[in-house]
Amino acid sequence: MLSEYLRLATRSLTRRKLRSWLTMIGIFIGIAAVVSLISLGQGMQNAITEQFFQLGADKITVATKGVETGPPGSNNDVLLQESDLDVVRRANGITVATGRLVEPIRAEFNDKERFTYVATLPDDMDERTMVKEVANVMDEDIVQGRMLKAGDTWKMIVSEDYVNDPKFDGKNLVVGNKVRVNGQPVEVVGIFAKTGNPFVDMSFVMNEEPVRNLLDIPVKQGLILAQVEQGADMSRIVEIVEKDLRKHRNVDKGEEDFEVQTGEELLDTFRTVLGVVTAVLVGIAAISLLVGGIGIMNTMYTAVLERRKEIGILKAIGARNEDVLLLFLIESGLLGMLGGAIGILLGIAFSKLVEVSATASLGTTLIQAHFPWYLILGSLVFSFTVGALAGTYPAWQASKLQPVEALRQ
Amino acid sequence: MKKAKTIIKLKDVWKTYTMGENQVHALRGLDLEVQEGEFLSIMGPSGSGKSTAMNMIGCLDIPSKGQVYLEGTNIADLSESDLAQIRGQKIGFIFQKFNLINTLTAKENIMLPMIFQGYTEQERHDQAEKLLKLVDLGERMDHRPNELSGGQQQRVAIARALAVDPSVILADEPTGNLDSKTGGSVMDFLKKLHKEKGTTIVMVSHDQHVAKHADRMEFLRDGQIVKKIK
Ligand SMILES: Nc1ncnc2c1ncn2[C@@H]1O[C@H](COP(=O)(O)OP(=O)(O)OP(=O)(O)O)[C@@H](O)[C@H]1O
Ligand SMILES: [Mg+2]
Repeated sequence: MLSEYLRLATRSLTRRKLRSWLTMIGIFIGIAAVVSLISLGQGMQNAITEQFFQLGADKITVATKGVETGPPGSNNDVLLQESDLDVVRRANGITVATGRLVEPIRAEFNDKERFTYVATLPDDMDERTMVKEVANVMDEDIVQGRMLKAGDTWKMIVSEDYVNDPKFDGKNLVVGNKVRVNGQPVEVVGIFAKTGNPFVDMSFVMNEEPVRNLLDIPVKQGLILAQVEQGADMSRIVEIVEKDLRKHRNVDKGEEDFEVQTGEELLDTFRTVLGVVTAVLVGIAAISLLVGGIGIMNTMYTAVLERRKEIGILKAIGARNEDVLLLFLIESGLLGMLGGAIGILLGIAFSKLVEVSATASLGTTLIQAHFPWYLILGSLVFSFTVGALAGTYPAWQASKLQPVEALRQ
Repeated sequence: MKKAKTIIKLKDVWKTYTMGENQVHALRGLDLEVQEGEFLSIMGPSGSGKSTAMNMIGCLDIPSKGQVYLEGTNIADLSESDLAQIRGQKIGFIFQKFNLINTLTAKENIMLPMIFQGYTEQERHDQAEKLLKLVDLGERMDHRPNELSGGQQQRVAIARALAVDPSVILADEPTGNLDSKTGGSVMDFLKKLHKEKGTTIVMVSHDQHVAKHADRMEFLRDGQIVKKIK
């Protein structure tokens, strides 16, 4: 019986192709927006949460204030310097502190030029261990060649990304290759397993000294990373470091040009920004869905008017009110769901496009589209519901028509 | 001869339409009985209330005043759903304007009433094919109404009316839109149905020649039965 109704509904939709398509546009734009937003937002959230900051709860970072567009530490408006690092090192409750440089560079290999980043490892053993831990590039992560040793000069290690996903005109890097970094040939001595942190995975990892020489940055510090004494109160340590730095940099409270954050806080900041962006976009999508719903309602309403006679015939040959109601509900629900299905496909295509073009043009794998099954299923159920709800009133009107009145034209 | 049983009875039925200030009485105290197995024709000039009466008989409309009994039950006591169910089960309509559903093929049109009566898919197919052959349209099963001639469409409509084996066929000017030759063959078919299967038929017509085919004729004028012929 239900399958029969489904067939009848499909029949009348396909007979009015153009109108069905036009009606569905509202729905599928809305659903496409929702799907691409959620999948991309989810992807970014995943990237940030799982991969970006493996700082751990016992570490803090110091960075310059301002909106960062590149990796943390690559902001060049205000500089943190060697002396700031010394202040952090001397601060109460800090056991180890180090600076990390993350600098954009030009790489040439196989006659192909690419812009990417170089990340540094400090020479001091404790500091080096901390950075390696945070970056997730430990000795056992080396899959080919060897680990970068303190004292190596024109040597670097790179992630498996450069092997699996050749970035130089289809040519991958192997141990022993020399890549020109801002003109200076640097040898690849090791390959490390993908860390999952997109910035690390795309960076050339070199020692600090040669990078400072090559890029001519004697004192600049990128991101300051510090380990807090075990068992210490994080917020208190943050306050201490802030106070010391304010004094050293000679700024008043509330006017800091630097920011001390714990791993958790950093995450929260990202999440908040992302949350606001997502909320705004979801709002837009919701409006679009509402408009789509009204579109369906309008179409179904006209359909009821247009098909009075058909409704009259159905009633004359034995269709009860609830049969007519069901028929029209299925029809409008189907219209919604079909729109939703197309919307999902469009949304998936759009987010994939964003993912691919972001990866290609920005060189970041931070933007990853995710399509959990509940997003797909949810969108389908939702669009069917929107359609059915929008069709409820017109369908109810159709079912209430008196057969004689419906038959008269 | 067995005693005739009354299937449908209209008792002092009024139908009044209010048009602004004016009241139009389409029916004014109509009394009519339809006996099981008879072929009744209702005649009358245009506007005399024939179609209105037919809609009452077929429970498509409810009287402004008076009662309609279907096999002894006052239809006012029935819910709309019950009424639709009964209509679907016991009454087959043939309309002047065919009233087929244009998005469906001939066969699907015939299968439609069976859907609402819960026939199985197989039963629907078998019955529809049987009926299409009966009305001589075996070759036209998958044609849409707009791909059929008027006579062919009316035959599809007849087949649809017969789909659920109704005890009564109501035909409102079944030949009104047909030329005399195709009209004649439609009439022959109805007569055959009446004779061979004993189906009760009520037919509306304003054409003396068509109406003559019936066993009994009622004459309607200004919403009332005026005199009996035959
Ligand atoms: N919905 C309506 N609103 C107002 N008046 C109506 C309505 N339906 C029918 N009438 C009036 O009721 C009267 C009877 O109409 P009906 O359709 O029953 O006539 P008929 O005998 O079938 O005529 P015809 O032979 O032309 O089909 C007419 O005067 C018509 O104008
Ligand atoms: Mg009429």
